[in-house]
Amino acid sequence: MTFQSRLVLSTALLTAAWSMPAMAQTEIQWWHAMTGANNDVVVKLAEDFNASQKEYKVVPAYKGSYADALNAGIAAFRAGNAPHILQVFEVGTATMMSAKGAIKPVADVMKDAGEKFDPKSYLPAITGYYSTTKGDMLSFPFNSSSMVMWYNKDALKKAGLPEAPPKTWPEVFEAAKKLKAAGYDKCGFSTAWTTWANIEQLGAWHNVPVGTKANGFDGVDTEFKINSDLFVKHLTNLVELQKDKTFDYSGRTNTGEGRFTSGECPIFLTSSAFFGNVNANAKFAWANAPMPYYPDVQGAPQNSIIGGASLWVMGGKKADEYKGVAKFFNFLSDVDRQVKLHTESGYLPITKAAYEKVKASGFYKDKPYLETPLLELNNKEPTDNSRGVRFGGLVQIRDIWSEEIEAALNGQKSPKAAMDAANERGNQALRQFERTASR
Amino acid sequence: MQKNAYFKGLTIPLLLLLPQLAITIVFFYWPASQAVWQSFLLEDAFGTSTEFVWFENYTELFSRPEYFKAFVNTVIFSSFVCVLSLSIALLFAVMADRQIRGAEVYKTLLIWPYAVAPAVAGVLWLFMFDPSLGMLARGLQSLGIAWNPRLNGNHAMLLVILAATWKQISYNFLFFLAGLQAIPKSVIEAAVIDGARPMRRFWTIVFPLLSPTTFFLLTVNIVYVFFDTFGIIDTVTGGGPSGATQTLVYKVWADGKGGTDLGGSAAQSVILLVMVIGMTAIQFRFIERKVSY
Repeated sequence: MTFQSRLVLSTALLTAAWSMPAMAQTEIQWWHAMTGANNDVVVKLAEDFNASQKEYKVVPAYKGSYADALNAGIAAFRAGNAPHILQVFEVGTATMMSAKGAIKPVADVMKDAGEKFDPKSYLPAITGYYSTTKGDMLSFPFNSSSMVMWYNKDALKKAGLPEAPPKTWPEVFEAAKKLKAAGYDKCGFSTAWTTWANIEQLGAWHNVPVGTKANGFDGVDTEFKINSDLFVKHLTNLVELQKDKTFDYSGRTNTGEGRFTSGECPIFLTSSAFFGNVNANAKFAWANAPMPYYPDVQGAPQNSIIGGASLWVMGGKKADEYKGVAKFFNFLSDVDRQVKLHTESGYLPITKAAYEKVKASGFYKDKPYLETPLLELNNKEPTDNSRGVRFGGLVQIRDIWSEEIEAALNGQKSPKAAMDAANERGNQALRQFERTASR
Repeated sequence: MQKNAYFKGLTIPLLLLLPQLAITIVFFYWPASQAVWQSFLLEDAFGTSTEFVWFENYTELFSRPEYFKAFVNTVIFSSFVCVLSLSIALLFAVMADRQIRGAEVYKTLLIWPYAVAPAVAGVLWLFMFDPSLGMLARGLQSLGIAWNPRLNGNHAMLLVILAATWKQISYNFLFFLAGLQAIPKSVIEAAVIDGARPMRRFWTIVFPLLSPTTFFLLTVNIVYVFFDTFGIIDTVTGGGPSGATQTLVYKVWADGKGGTDLGGSAAQSVILLVMVIGMTAIQFRFIERKVSY
């Protein structure tokens, strides 16, 4: 081959490579934080969507833990190459929505793209967490769960307890004492996600505010109210029961969940998404039930709040790309797809139609544990105290709260002093967030 | 005829220095200057609103008792890890330096832990001492010790100190062993003839002759405990319980990454930077005088 012909050939190849993207589909980048079986779900959804049409191609990319994915998204935005869709955990909601220009609300994305979108078809207990108080959807709920009480049926029988699980907190304390006497002496009951269980869910479930301004939904000038009676009373109970391990602390996140599946803790409050793990690892009869409540609190139980993550649409993209995102969200909202996602992965369905369809199919008769979180979420019409929590810097604030709860549990502080400090330090963090968010 | 072993002019020396200078500027001075600049700013996570606030991030930091607690934790943690890892490594090195059967095997085994990543080292120790799963934790509990690093701050601190020390012993061992082997046998033999017992030989001959190695290791170990132990703390305790194992460098990460408080986090890293520069300067100024090369 002569030099000239080589030049011609390489130029031709280059030109071909150059013009490829113009002919190809519009790519939609989707950054997520799902591992294991959940990662397969993400990949499968993208593949199915790509096979269902030719114009757009969703490209999922795993970016590490929830915090890693959020930080990757933030860094990419600062560098000017954010993805189109970013999966963010529920506690990052306030951080995302206050970043004007960095994100585009889902309601706007759907409207601008002219896609069919009926906000009323979604379950308000789920979308409410990710919507403005007016009901405009900010981010698209993806994997949602709620907190439930898992219990070891064999252990309850061994301790001579009735088959029906305890309903209220006083009943749980009594049951745990009997379980302890029956040999579960290292841990009668426990919880994962300390602050989610003992502050955020506790508040919502009892219709007691965690913060002013509808738990932060009505503005960033919100203040915490977590040193009120309910929270102090609950922590006082836990501190008292920690002394003889009727209650035993299991850490800030879900690393202690193994204590349930191993049979060490017979009563354990954690996410409903724990079911796959229980199913695979627990070698005893198990079930779950709604979270316990204090019967002397008026109106309890109210409704629980969700956890998990949602999909945020990042700002500054082309109209054509937003159209693809809108199409993808509609694809996700499809009734049959939601039914399949819910029954196979255990994520909560996000549309009313999907929930009704699963209910009608009799699926919950065999697997009642998948319906428990939905019954909790839909227990009552959400109030200002039970729609969710929206506090800036909640990731850091959760750590602050955990520190104070730990200080009470190990006897360094009284429960009241700990909750006062948690409230005070949380407010400092909120004021800092307010300064950066309100301008 | 005299040989000219130096270059005339500045061009060639500068060119030869350039790669090193470029690396230092790009990977050290540039990020460090960014951190200093960031520490004067109040900013949201996405950088969509930025305010120059002078020293507010610093005054804010010093008004918080948690920051002083992290400082005290760092002092406790660093001194224990440095003293323990240096003295245990020295003991091992002296033992392995003797003429014993299988010395090579011992040496190799003692060096292995250095190849373990800090986070993995943390997980190993967590598994041994986890109150629910750990074999050693069960042993402690059966002895009647209420071992619970999930809530007991002293237990948690002990655990991270052990893990961080274990990880560093091999590195120190390696250098001490090399240092010991470099000490001329004739000096020690002369002492033996003079009738000096092993302990006396060690403190009057071996230890002073090892001082350059010890000094080098002290500096490296301080940098290690300040910056590289982050992975261990993160996997073992996550800074808890109740902030009992939160060191300065861990707090930088927790506030910056978890809390997206970039200004406060940058201010902390600037303070940390100044502290380590200060300590290294003190070491070279005062301790190095006592070192006999």
